[in-house]
Amino acid sequence: MYDTFLIKYGEIGLKGKNRHVFEDALAKRIGEVLSGIEGEFRVRKERGRIYVHCAGEWNEDEAIDALTHVFGIVGICPVVIYDTEDYAKLEQDMLDYVGREHPDCRATFKVKARRVNKEFPMKSMEIDAALGEAILEHFPGMKVDVHHPEILFDVEIRENVYIYSRVIPGPGGMPTGTSGRAMLLLSGGIDSPVAGWMVAKRGVVLDAVYFHAPPYTSERAKQKVVDLAKIVARYAGPIRLHVVNFTDIQLYIYDQCPHEELTIIMRRYMMRLAEHFAKQDGDIGLVTGESIGQVASQTMQSLVTTNAVCTLPVYRPLIGFDKCDIVEISEKIGTYETSILPYEDCCTIFVAKHPVTKPLLSVIERSEKKLSEKIDALFAEAVDTAETLIIE
Amino acid sequence: MNEIYLDNSATTRPSEAVLRIMEKTLREDFGNPSSMHRKGVEAEQYVRDARKILSRILKVSEGEIYFTSGGTEGNNWAIIGGAMAQRRAGNRIITTEMEHPAVAEPFAFLEKQGFEVVKIPVDKNGVLDLAAFREALTEDTVLVSAMYVNNEIGAVVPVEELSALIRQKAPKAYFHVDAIQAFGKYRIYPRTAGIDLLSVSAHKFHGPKGVGFLYIRDGVRTLPLIYGGGQQGGMRSGTENVPGIAGLGAAAEEAYTDFEEKVSHLYALKERLRDGLSAMDHVTVHGLPGREGAPHIVNAAFPGVGAEVLLHALEDRGILISAGSACSTHKRAASPTLSAIRAPKKEAESSVRFSFSEENTFEEVDETLKALGELLPVLRRYRAR
Repeated sequence: MYDTFLIKYGEIGLKGKNRHVFEDALAKRIGEVLSGIEGEFRVRKERGRIYVHCAGEWNEDEAIDALTHVFGIVGICPVVIYDTEDYAKLEQDMLDYVGREHPDCRATFKVKARRVNKEFPMKSMEIDAALGEAILEHFPGMKVDVHHPEILFDVEIRENVYIYSRVIPGPGGMPTGTSGRAMLLLSGGIDSPVAGWMVAKRGVVLDAVYFHAPPYTSERAKQKVVDLAKIVARYAGPIRLHVVNFTDIQLYIYDQCPHEELTIIMRRYMMRLAEHFAKQDGDIGLVTGESIGQVASQTMQSLVTTNAVCTLPVYRPLIGFDKCDIVEISEKIGTYETSILPYEDCCTIFVAKHPVTKPLLSVIERSEKKLSEKIDALFAEAVDTAETLIIE
Repeated sequence: MNEIYLDNSATTRPSEAVLRIMEKTLREDFGNPSSMHRKGVEAEQYVRDARKILSRILKVSEGEIYFTSGGTEGNNWAIIGGAMAQRRAGNRIITTEMEHPAVAEPFAFLEKQGFEVVKIPVDKNGVLDLAAFREALTEDTVLVSAMYVNNEIGAVVPVEELSALIRQKAPKAYFHVDAIQAFGKYRIYPRTAGIDLLSVSAHKFHGPKGVGFLYIRDGVRTLPLIYGGGQQGGMRSGTENVPGIAGLGAAAEEAYTDFEEKVSHLYALKERLRDGLSAMDHVTVHGLPGREGAPHIVNAAFPGVGAEVLLHALEDRGILISAGSACSTHKRAASPTLSAIRAPKKEAESSVRFSFSEENTFEEVDETLKALGELLPVLRRYRAR
């Protein structure tokens, strides 16, 4: 049984002089997720590689599951480490590896050696050929296929010899904490958790804001959002979630403004509140799950009017996605089952039969003037009464 | 904030006596009734005591009481076990259109197994169509199941009339009564009422959750659903839930102490709430008034107000009720009962249930009516249009 993972990371390798910043962030995050499971893990950086050494009562599935939640990782390779000596020792180790990891295997294979330690007396190509021959001789079920092998044996000769043949895909992206912070507008739906996940995947630390409207939305709807944040936080690290009571603002808009503009005006106040909390938390962007044309408040014209109240950039990672594409990601990251629980969310409760789909900014701004009497007080109250939770 | 708990058909607060006896069986007398030593004998005594209490209340013999994990198990066992044991005697099984899923689903299962299922309709008050019932009974009917008190609107079936018809027209049929909402509210004597199988759940009358019993009349053959160590005469294996059973016994004992006063009080609460609701505009009260319906359930529709919204608005004032049936929180479809009484969509979406225990007071009913009077105009003003 192996006791080490070789962590492959993609884009970080392209970085220049600040590459170590990304590597450090990745190693730190790996350490964080592994600290939550049983076992002792040591994260070691060595010449453009990260290794995780496992000891104690560790469990393979748990460790791999934890690592597949770390952004920046493209591949997780269980690797067996041998001492570097001479070719005879290497061949013996190779056969030992095949016997352990692929006993009675009938498959096509290829050996790909990499000689980082140039003191080793054979060239990479020579090693490939020699090890391939040795495997053929000892494992009659194995056949060589250099173009489309079923098993690719990677053999790296460094201070030690590393042999691996399995690569478990990681989520990719950039290590958490390497790209700044953003405020996610989180609802209980399918889209916003996916949007948050996508931005977090680029290394962004997330804060979130959720609008609830008791008694129109229930305690269970809030619990659902907390649960969704928890799933995203497994990838993104701890999320600071602001729960804002939106009822009074919503009812005031209902009383004062044309009904078909209710949703748009409501969205504008949600953006304003989100930005308020964003600035408070030091966020430099907002994130929404909007996608062009999905609902009335997400037409391009509607986006113009909701965007107009923001000074921070609004990131909309799903902007060009079809619903089915979003569902696919939400299933992959594990938010789908929670998202489809049927609790009312505050955007749908008073929705008009025919909401405006092509609002004009000037018209909406004029309607909003009707709110001038009380809206500042209601806004301040929503800020003051918000509840802040740290979701881990 | 004072809490006004009006969701007693979902579950009730366990009584002090129940807590006391359960604590004792957990702290001290924790033995396994099957153990040979004295700890086992002590534990068995609780089970015997509970069985004795129940047999006295129902006027049946102790050997006819089988402890279960609650109402759902009792219903499943009676229906599936009863029908399967009778499989060779006939193929028809009968129930009503207005059953709890714990009855409707076992019937759906049996239908897939090849049984012919007949469902008797009810009218807008949930009253069973007796003519259709009589019509449906045949020589080859092997099982009839009906709900004594409907859990959503409190409609009551005429148990004795049904059993008389069954004896007359379908002599081979077993008569199962789901008495989960009825036990503790009615005096039930299975022998004189002609009931063969009766399921009861403890937490509906101040007992603990996860325990109940099934009465199986002597001579009725049912197949066990659960096989194992042969407890309860091999009919229901598994170490007896001694704390639960002891709690069930204590709760049953209390439920039938000062019974008439308690039931009268429930009816008085019900009438007070019904009268108050009827005096409001745009409210439809479902089910029948007075002794024609159950004593503890009032269901009403408030068109223009979402049931969930009303529920949470009342919750905000400390008043706890339910929308639809509590088990269907995660389903949006109209509840089985409201579909069966053909409540219009507008009513079904705005229906809530108030359900009492004898602990509730007139002040609490008045408080609830006052809260409704204040909330409804506001809630009605804000709605999708």
